[in-house]
This record gives sequence, structure tokens and C-alpha cells, in this order.
Amino acid sequence: MAEPVKLIGTFGSPFVHRAEVALRLKGVPYELILEDLTNKSELLLRHNPIHKSVPVLLHGDRPAICESLLIVEYIDEAFDGPPLLPIDPYDRAMARFWAQFIEQKCAKPFWMALWLNDGDKREVFVKEAKENMALLESRLHGKRFFAGDTVGYLDFAACGLALVLGVLAEVTGLSLVGEDEFPLLRRWADDYTSEETVKACLPPREQLVAHFSGKKDRIKLAVNAMACQM
Amino acid sequence: MAGEGDLKLLGMVVSPFVVRVRMALHLKGVSYEYIEQDLFNKGELLLRYNPVHKKVPVLIHNGKPVCESLAIVQYVDEVWAASSPSILPTDPHERAVARFWAAYVDDKFFPAWIGIMRAETEEERAKKMSEMAAVVKQLEVALAQCSNGKDFFSGDSVGYLDIAVGCNLFWLDAMRKMFGVVVIDAARTPFFAAWADRFRESDVGKVALPDADIAAEYAKKIQAHRAAAVASK
Repeated sequence: MAEPVKLIGTFGSPFVHRAEVALRLKGVPYELILEDLTNKSELLLRHNPIHKSVPVLLHGDRPAICESLLIVEYIDEAFDGPPLLPIDPYDRAMARFWAQFIEQKCAKPFWMALWLNDGDKREVFVKEAKENMALLESRLHGKRFFAGDTVGYLDFAACGLALVLGVLAEVTGLSLVGEDEFPLLRRWADDYTSEETVKACLPPREQLVAHFSGKKDRIKLAVNAMACQM
Repeated sequence: MAGEGDLKLLGMVVSPFVVRVRMALHLKGVSYEYIEQDLFNKGELLLRYNPVHKKVPVLIHNGKPVCESLAIVQYVDEVWAASSPSILPTDPHERAVARFWAAYVDDKFFPAWIGIMRAETEEERAKKMSEMAAVVKQLEVALAQCSNGKDFFSGDSVGYLDIAVGCNLFWLDAMRKMFGVVVIDAARTPFFAAWADRFRESDVGKVALPDADIAAEYAKKIQAHRAAAVASK
């Protein structure tokens, strides 16, 4: 009898999405517990006291596992099914390197650029994000997905970029990335979001647009406050 | 050592991230060519093998570079899986926990001590010390959870999380000499302090941790460099 798997998440989070798509690709049934992050539950605070963030994976009685990419690695190692990370150690090291690059050098500056009020500061982040996106795009040459013919760890790591390029551009009304820029990444974003297993755990676009539109002011406040401290 | 192919490590003597990789290679008993880099004057080798970040450490195995210290340590563990000890735990859950805390070290512990190092006034340093206190307290908790009462984060012997944390110790010792600050205080975090002593005395600690004086010297060099840069503006 398999031990129950619970995933604590929140609507629309690309970090939670990573864990969900990993569980689905491995064929692991799970219960999704949705949090309102403006009113964090005792369950979340108990299981992730350090970061107080989602996703959090609960596998049977084991202590919680936090941090989305670590959750993906855990799912890959703890359950049978198709491999999510490359098999070869060198390819695995490359995947881990580029996942970190995406988080720190692409997603972060883009997120800042989308919500900052200060145009000059925004330009700095856009420049940084675009330089790094170009480096990332080179990883897609001759490949459908970052992981190869099927989606894998590095595609999940990049899923937030798919959100940035599509939904968030619409929500903010800011087209930071021109229609003709990064053609390989745009094509990848379309292929990724239409992949069968991914699509099954991605909310419809209109819902994501509505969700982020509703949160817009709150996000802007938080991001602009953070920028002042940087 | 047979069969490991051509192995080079681009490093810098006082980089804790480089020390971390050297510890992993030592644990596996793997021999390699170490090439010291001048980070004020980055050489062709570094720029070629880490064009994205231009940072050390870079492990070059049979001509192929691996970058980012934790990715390198896991790579070494996987390639030399046949050599004991295993650096990461074998159980998937324990691996996830070890990786979580290693990431915490890089996200919170490292910037916290850098903040103490770079503080320009006593007041700022005191502020940074109190921010560090919260981080050190978390690591005391982590140690209790992970070690299960044994000597090291990884149990009876040194492993992934021990080297992830331990590679920073010589800088903490340097700061004690330079500023009189005690980051890991036995009075406030007794387990962590005892672990730090054990780690320094361990085989890998003795072999791979540089002398604190070398770090202090380097800190002075950086300060001078920064002052010169400011003066020339």
C-alpha cells in the first residue's frame, strides 16, 4: 500500500507546478492542498518554518521536503518511473548548473523588471535578463525541450519563464521581450505548455491572467519595497 | 589513482567554494591538477571554461567543465560512486534534507558572514553579527536533526553537508583574528561549536582548510584593491 503523498501549494505558482508535473510524470497520486499565502496555514508554517513558502512535499510520515527543485530531485529518486534528470553524471551537473542559472540570472531579473516602478532600474534588470536569456536560448539549439525529446528537470526549472513571456506580459501590459526576440524560447514555451502532462496541471491561461491581475498591486508593493533594499 | 581520466581544478586558495570541492575530491581519494587563478586578472583558462560566471571553482574532467561547487561535489560523488565514502547519503529523503541545508548555507550563511567581513563600521558589523546569530541558530537545529546525536551532519563521518558548511570555517577563524568576532559561539550554539572543532580536526579539515592568516591577508588585499578603485573614480 503506497504511502500518501501531499503537496502543499498555491494557485498559479511555477514553483508548485514543478513539483506537480514531476509527480504526474512519475505516475504518483497526490493530494494538492492549496494555500492562501496572505493567510498561511498552521500546516504550512509547521512544515516549512524556515522559508514559509510553497511547494512543500509530504511523503507518508517523513519530515517535509521544501524547495521546488529539490522536491523534483527527491521525486525522481524516491519513485519509479521515467527519469526526470539526465542519467549521465555530466549531463546531470549541466542540468543543475543551468537550473541555478535560470533561477538567479533569468527569472529573478525578469520578475523585478516586470513590477518595478522606476524605469531606469527596470532597464538595468531587463538588460541583465535578456543577456542571460540569450545564453539560455543557446541550450535549445537542435532540441525540442531543454531535456531533449521529452520534458524533464531543466524544462521544469524554466517553466516560470513560460509564465513571464506569456501571462505576465499581458497582466503588466509590458512587453519587455519583443515578438521577434528569443524565437527558440518562445517556441519552447509553446511546446512546453502544450505538452500533455504539463497541460493537465496548468490552469487555463485566462485563469492565470485573472489571478495575477488580481494580485498585481500587492506584488508591485512587495517588489518595489525589495528593490529599495537592494 | 587509475581510471579517473584527466582532471583539473581551477581554484583560488581562499575561496570556500573551491575548498569545498577540494574536500570532496580528497574524500574520494581522487588526484587532480590544481591551477590557482588570479581573480583580479582572469586568465584564458577560466574565461574559456566558465564563460557564463567567470568564477571558481571549475572542475575540468576530460576537457569538459563542471561549474557551481554543489553541482561539482555531486558530480564527483556520482562519477566516483565506486570509491567510498559516499559523499551524499544514499536514502532519497536524507539526500533531499542534505541538499536543502547545503542550499541554506549558500543562500543565508555565506552572505551573512560576507556581510560581517565587509561591514565598514563597528555598528554595521554588530548588526550583521545579530543577523548571523539567527542563521547559526538554524544550523544548530539542522545539526541536531541531521546528525541524530552523531559527530557530523552526515553521521559517523564527514559527508556532503559537513563540507558544505565546513569549507567556510577558516574565514570565520580569520574574522575572529581580524575583528574579535565569534560567529559560532559555544555558549549559544554548543552542538555547532563542538562540530566545528571536530571538523577542523578531521582528516579532510586538516588537509583542505587553509590557514586563517592566509584568508586575513587576502581580505586586506581586497580592501586595498577596493580603496584604490574608489580613489581612482
